[in-house]
Amino acid sequence: MEFNDPALFPIHEKVTSGERLDFEDGMTLYHTNDLLGVARMANLVREQKFSRDTYFVRNQHLNYTNVCVNRCVFCAFSRDMGEEKAYTFDLSKAEQEIRTRLHEPIREIHMVGGLHPSLPFSYYLDLVRMVKELRPEATVKAFTAVEIDYFSRLTGLSLEEVIKELQGAGLGMMPGGGAEVLSERIHRKLYPRKIGPDRWLQVIRVVHGLGVPTNATMLYGHIETLEERVNHLLKLRTLQDDTGGFTAFIPLAFHPENTRLSHLKPTGGIDDLKTVAVARLLLDNIPHIKAYWVMITPSLAQVALSFGADDLDGTIVEEKITHMAGARTPTGMSMEEISHLIRSAGYHPVERDAFYNPI
Amino acid sequence: MNHSKKRLDFHDALDLYRDQDLLSLGAMADRVRQDLHPDGAVTYVVDRNINYTNVCCSGCRFCAFFRPPGHAEAYVITREELSRKIEETIALGGTQILLQGGIHPGLGLDYYEDLLRFITTNFPIHVHGFSPPEIHYIARKEGLPLRDTLVHLMEAGLGSIPGGGAEILVDRVRKQVSPRKCTADEWLGVMETAHGLGLRTTATMMFGQIETPEERLEHLFRIRDLQERTGGFTAFIPWTFQPDNTRLTVPKATSAEYLRLLALSRLVLDNVPNIQASWVTQGPKIAQVALKFGANDLGSTMIEENVVAAAGVAFGLSRDDMIGIVETAGFRARQRDTFYNHV
Repeated sequence: MEFNDPALFPIHEKVTSGERLDFEDGMTLYHTNDLLGVARMANLVREQKFSRDTYFVRNQHLNYTNVCVNRCVFCAFSRDMGEEKAYTFDLSKAEQEIRTRLHEPIREIHMVGGLHPSLPFSYYLDLVRMVKELRPEATVKAFTAVEIDYFSRLTGLSLEEVIKELQGAGLGMMPGGGAEVLSERIHRKLYPRKIGPDRWLQVIRVVHGLGVPTNATMLYGHIETLEERVNHLLKLRTLQDDTGGFTAFIPLAFHPENTRLSHLKPTGGIDDLKTVAVARLLLDNIPHIKAYWVMITPSLAQVALSFGADDLDGTIVEEKITHMAGARTPTGMSMEEISHLIRSAGYHPVERDAFYNPI
Repeated sequence: MNHSKKRLDFHDALDLYRDQDLLSLGAMADRVRQDLHPDGAVTYVVDRNINYTNVCCSGCRFCAFFRPPGHAEAYVITREELSRKIEETIALGGTQILLQGGIHPGLGLDYYEDLLRFITTNFPIHVHGFSPPEIHYIARKEGLPLRDTLVHLMEAGLGSIPGGGAEILVDRVRKQVSPRKCTADEWLGVMETAHGLGLRTTATMMFGQIETPEERLEHLFRIRDLQERTGGFTAFIPWTFQPDNTRLTVPKATSAEYLRLLALSRLVLDNVPNIQASWVTQGPKIAQVALKFGANDLGSTMIEENVVAAAGVAFGLSRDDMIGIVETAGFRARQRDTFYNHV
């Protein structure tokens, strides 16, 4: 393999011999101008793992409330109680949302919300039970580490007890949100009221220990440094060495519009692609890398398939959180649209369930 | 392969297009771009698209912009509106206007000469105007040779010609989607005559209609062959057909297909200095990525754009955003004029 940047040769050596990349390698990958050199290495790993298969899932998002006590600086979705545009679904409204799409063969229900100050833990258990009852064949993928920690404080139950109750109600998996950037500096500046990096990792460790797989994310493109990004990825890799519980890593491109960071520019296509590729190369122990089309546009997500991504998330239909931050992307895609994106880039679409079993 | 500077022939190019993956094509094109533009500059022009009329008798199936003569929404621009648009362009640091129709059956050479004289006597701005189908039509309507028509337009102030209306330069395709527009030979004939008179032009390609991969390549090679004789093309600009609101029902060519064709055009068109990325059709993210797949120019800031917008696509990009895209890609942003001189 030829590179414009000679600094990539030693990294290529490591990649082909299966040697693990370190922090310095991560920085070299981020700093190099040789985007396609980085991409070709990431693609090598991607093709070794998945050939030209590209996964997607038929899914539904349910954001049951935007009322949140955390009010993170980067969030355009959350509201205070009683504030204009604040909303909370009661169980029957949530049920109605699920019922409107019962005719579709959905395999995954993705549920996250704000940290509501007064909803009882029983609300969340009832929510999971209701979805599982209406959709026995779908996986309920719900609540981030942030919510699990909150439920524990809300109820006085231990993390283990909270998770077991949710599992008993039908929780099958957890999404990877709330990690933001796993840096104490970013925590203090942007999400001071939310759990910090150590607690996030601690909660996920317990979750994985009880057999609940999760995803992992990174919200990039705001005030974080490249060092902080690479450290974030390495923290995830270290935890994964212990637990093996992460299924997919999903880089989340920050959308500044309607947030208190609206003076920042949105991420560029090259940064988005590089972040996918660096993640594929550093996260040798996390199976899947997802290009989340809601955040980076379907067009760029398609190109990301050659930069290390093997998953395009899903059809979604009604995405709220990124769209409240000004996303111009569609709120949903049809199965045909996703398949066409994958095929016209020369890849093979594979519809999957939440655990990446082909349908 | 391009390290050895071996010129690609049709079969080489077809093999590359068929067999090479996206990243390999991109890396080859990127190397050619670096050789041709070693200064690491990415250029853009500040201009405005002014469509003097939307009346058009071509009726192309891929077009959402035109209105037939007599339609309620048909217009011909007034001098007042034209002046206002040009004044705004100059106030924003604009150096050129891109002036195109419609092929309006009621407008003759005198209209175009008056229009050009009005602009060039009143405003310090370059007119990049009238694509080959318009010029071909005017010449035929007036019964004048192309050369004389072009001389009249140049004397009235025409500064250069945009490469529009090329679509796919293969008559099989043109007969099906734009049967009333000039043929491939006629398009190339206008450009050859213009180049012979010292008028510089761009060349475009609108792909993703009904054409085959071979026909896309034929288009590229016809441009290369003409350029070999004249050297008059400043840039090549491929973009994807935008099917919304048109009478051509095909799935929209995707970004991966766009980047492949862009890279291939950088490899085939070794004698055309600049390759322009189309943020108007691809959006700012893919336009930035295109700078790593052979493109060295981001085209216009497009203070106004109507034709692609009519087909349901509306990306906005300020001059600051454009500079940001270039710089975060590791290049230096340089405003240019029509002839790719830095300003």
